[in-house]
Amino acid sequence: MENINFEDNFESKLSRNENIEPKDWMPEDYRKANIRQISQHAHSEIIGMLPEGNWITRAPSLRRKMVLLAKVQDEAGHGLYLYSACETLGISREEILDQLYTGKAKYSSIFNYPTLTWADMGAIGWLVDGAAIMNQVMLQRTSYGPYARAMVRICKEESFHQRQGYEIMCTLAKGSPAQKEMAQDALNRWWWPTLMMFGPPDKESIHTAQAVKWKIKRETNDQLRQRFVNQTVPQGEMIGLTFPDEKLKWNESKKNYDFGEPNWEEFQNVIHGNGPCNKERLSTRVTAHKEGKWVREALEAYANKKKKVAA
Amino acid sequence: MSDQGIVWEVFVQKKPGQPFVHCGNVHAHDAELALQNARDLYARRNEGTALWVVPAKYIVASSPEDVGPFFDPANEKIYRHPTFYTVPEGISHM
Repeated sequence: MENINFEDNFESKLSRNENIEPKDWMPEDYRKANIRQISQHAHSEIIGMLPEGNWITRAPSLRRKMVLLAKVQDEAGHGLYLYSACETLGISREEILDQLYTGKAKYSSIFNYPTLTWADMGAIGWLVDGAAIMNQVMLQRTSYGPYARAMVRICKEESFHQRQGYEIMCTLAKGSPAQKEMAQDALNRWWWPTLMMFGPPDKESIHTAQAVKWKIKRETNDQLRQRFVNQTVPQGEMIGLTFPDEKLKWNESKKNYDFGEPNWEEFQNVIHGNGPCNKERLSTRVTAHKEGKWVREALEAYANKKKKVAA
Repeated sequence: MSDQGIVWEVFVQKKPGQPFVHCGNVHAHDAELALQNARDLYARRNEGTALWVVPAKYIVASSPEDVGPFFDPANEKIYRHPTFYTVPEGISHM
């Protein structure tokens, strides 16, 4: 029998746009890059529950409370789909969580900012989830099969998040002057951190080039950021809000918005653990995991007991 | 051993009569909770009407490198296909 060249097989699958599946041979670096990206994505969903969880008890109406609860529940689900996809790469759930708890794995820098007012729920849904969707739509075509399939499911669920956020902003923007001011203030605080969500500029991103080559990512940070600005600015202007960027201007010849440079120093600071809420977010998650231990133990004890009774 | 139980693969049936399709996995200590977790995670929005959960360790899979010989469709055995046979002119519904 002829010898199969695993490397050639992998490359030719990629070139035919076929998914790489868990049992396929893959370069060790490809496996690692996927573990890094999928787990970081999963952690972002899980940590992302915290800024919004803060507002569930203070939502201004029962309708808003139900919606926010459903949204936070979705984020837990998205985290689990992704942990599940990540495990197919041969890493255990414990190890994945351990990497988060010890700070070895990162999560999106955006969730290290505080949610100060109810309008922040609008800004997060509209801007943060809007930026996330921009990424996630692309990732439905990522080369690793279980990741791509998880993203398809997530995208189906995600668009309600963005709409509910924009709806909050619309309501506030046409409310009293104080409410409109609240919406504007939230937009001012979330705009730049949202643009940072796409990651550093392409020329400085250490992972982008390789990720695009492996088709883990299909588009670069700068491409996605530009598209997000193009789509979002008219949405904000439509409801009478302004953007905190003097350089923001439609460029007719490029058919794109020109916009200013985010503060990359702040970005580096936040991803290296020094954002306004880094310590609080992580310790909340670690505490929840520790305090949930008795539940996991009880489930195990109950399952063992049932097995004994059945035997 | 994990304190979150073992991995169960989850299959969902969209409508009665349709095949079950793999949709992901869950962790659980027993079948009952695996089913419950699968419902919570994969069937919140009319995704289906029935679920299977199977301990992942019981799934036996073919290897990707088998793809050639294992799935050889034996294309030379053209007599397996209905188009191999001729039917007299004027015969219908066959």
